[in-house]
Amino acid sequence: MATDTDVASPDRTSADTHRRGRHPIAGPVSTLILLFARAVTAVRANWSPAGPPARQHVYFANHSSHGDFILIWTVLPPRERRRTRPVAGAEYWLKSRLTRFIGRDVFNAVLIERQQETRSEDPVARMAGTLDEGASLILFPEGTRNQTEDPLLPFKSGLYHLSRLRPDVELVPVWISNLNRVMPKGEFVPIPLICTVTFGEPLRVHADEPKQDFLDRARAALLSLSPHTDTAA
Amino acid sequence: MTEARSDLLTLVLGICAFLIVATVIGQVLQRRLSPDRSNASIENLNARINAWWVMVALIGIAFLAGRAGVIVLFAFCSFAALREFVTLTRTRRADHWALAAAFFVVLPVQYYLVATDWYGLYAIFIPVYAFLLMPIAAVLRGDTERFLDRVAEVQWALMICVFCISHVPALLTLQIPGYEGRNVLLIAFLVIVVQMSDVLQYVWGKLFGRTRIAPRLSPSKTVEGFLGGVASATLIGAALWWITPFTPLQAGLLALVVTLMGFFGGLVMSAIKRDRGVKDWGHIVEGHGGLIDRLDSVIFSAPVFFHIVRYGWSLA
Repeated sequence: MATDTDVASPDRTSADTHRRGRHPIAGPVSTLILLFARAVTAVRANWSPAGPPARQHVYFANHSSHGDFILIWTVLPPRERRRTRPVAGAEYWLKSRLTRFIGRDVFNAVLIERQQETRSEDPVARMAGTLDEGASLILFPEGTRNQTEDPLLPFKSGLYHLSRLRPDVELVPVWISNLNRVMPKGEFVPIPLICTVTFGEPLRVHADEPKQDFLDRARAALLSLSPHTDTAA
Repeated sequence: MTEARSDLLTLVLGICAFLIVATVIGQVLQRRLSPDRSNASIENLNARINAWWVMVALIGIAFLAGRAGVIVLFAFCSFAALREFVTLTRTRRADHWALAAAFFVVLPVQYYLVATDWYGLYAIFIPVYAFLLMPIAAVLRGDTERFLDRVAEVQWALMICVFCISHVPALLTLQIPGYEGRNVLLIAFLVIVVQMSDVLQYVWGKLFGRTRIAPRLSPSKTVEGFLGGVASATLIGAALWWITPFTPLQAGLLALVVTLMGFFGGLVMSAIKRDRGVKDWGHIVEGHGGLIDRLDSVIFSAPVFFHIVRYGWSLA
């Protein structure tokens, strides 16, 4: 399924599945971003009773801001952080040299093509391939940033298909709270506010579970982590 | 200057001795009575003691760095407190510029005015100018939903977290004849009296507390704890007269005012927390609540203490 000789983005696979070709200042830049995220949000993790994750996981989270995965990354224990890669839209992150540097070198994102008509590679197969290399993934199953008043948009089906392909990897719901207030869409000055990242109990797709049932169950698991006080728009 | 140094040294050694004794007692109590960390009172006590160590270390470092160090330290306290406060407000997207201005304009300007000793402006900058300009920043976005609530919340956040806290380092700017170079001890006096009052109210309440004083606000506060704590903190304040420009009687009276303001400040901040359905303001130290939880009584007493000392003892 995965074609490494794709003409649309020729060096994609080699650059973002291995960190060998990483830009020399990508490391310091990522440290700076983590420090900045802590200074602005004083972010704290609420772990599930099992404690901080030690095994390979697929984290799936609510998505309202570009900083979402940075917060998850910030609170993960360093060992887990190093192997955790966000799944992000290629068309956004390959737009300019700067976003390419941030997306690929700094965040080591798994860049997938979202447009079904034009894409040359199946995103789910690519995510599965990344899991096979030992990485953990951060996935935003809403598919896009949520700008509505609803707490959570309907899920896209990628989470289900990925879990079918790699049933041994547990899916962990992660609720990110308050970050949408720190930097709403269209603003460029972040407001310092305390954010929390809440990790739920891991779940897996059942052997004969229908797609929609699983997606509903996963969505409910994520929603159940949202704090009741988090009502501010 | 040397006299000030030796007073400061005596005070620091005294505080460290006190904290060492407190730490040992806390650890012994924990080993004996709460080995599995299940006794909430003992855990609370140890959390307080740990917070004091951090407080003493930070204030000590800031004192060594001089006036600039103290001002920067309290500016950071204001930043962290404002972050906690705004997190609990129900602001909307239209408040974005007002909030950005609160953090990145009003806060630095207030501390700059304190640093340059411009009393005439820092005493009114937030109550007058921020009060008028912040709602203008908000109204330009055209969102009228809960408008008065929103601007009032932002104004309150600034008053509590920036205006009040900035009056602690402002004590350094007072010019008191015969007390030159020792103003840092006024901060020590204020912080020690308020903190001792907090913990002694807690201890008296645990030992003799029967009658709840404000059951709907703070179920752990009792009349007995309040009276015992205020009385003993007042005595401690009087006993600390030698680090202040006051006589023992004056020091005791000031300590009384400060502890009363601190007590009622704690109640006010509890009421806000209850309203917002939270137990703590934040989590600056894991499991030990937020910065405002530790500073609420200092916040309410600082401006009052500052003005009494300024009108009673200062030249300027």
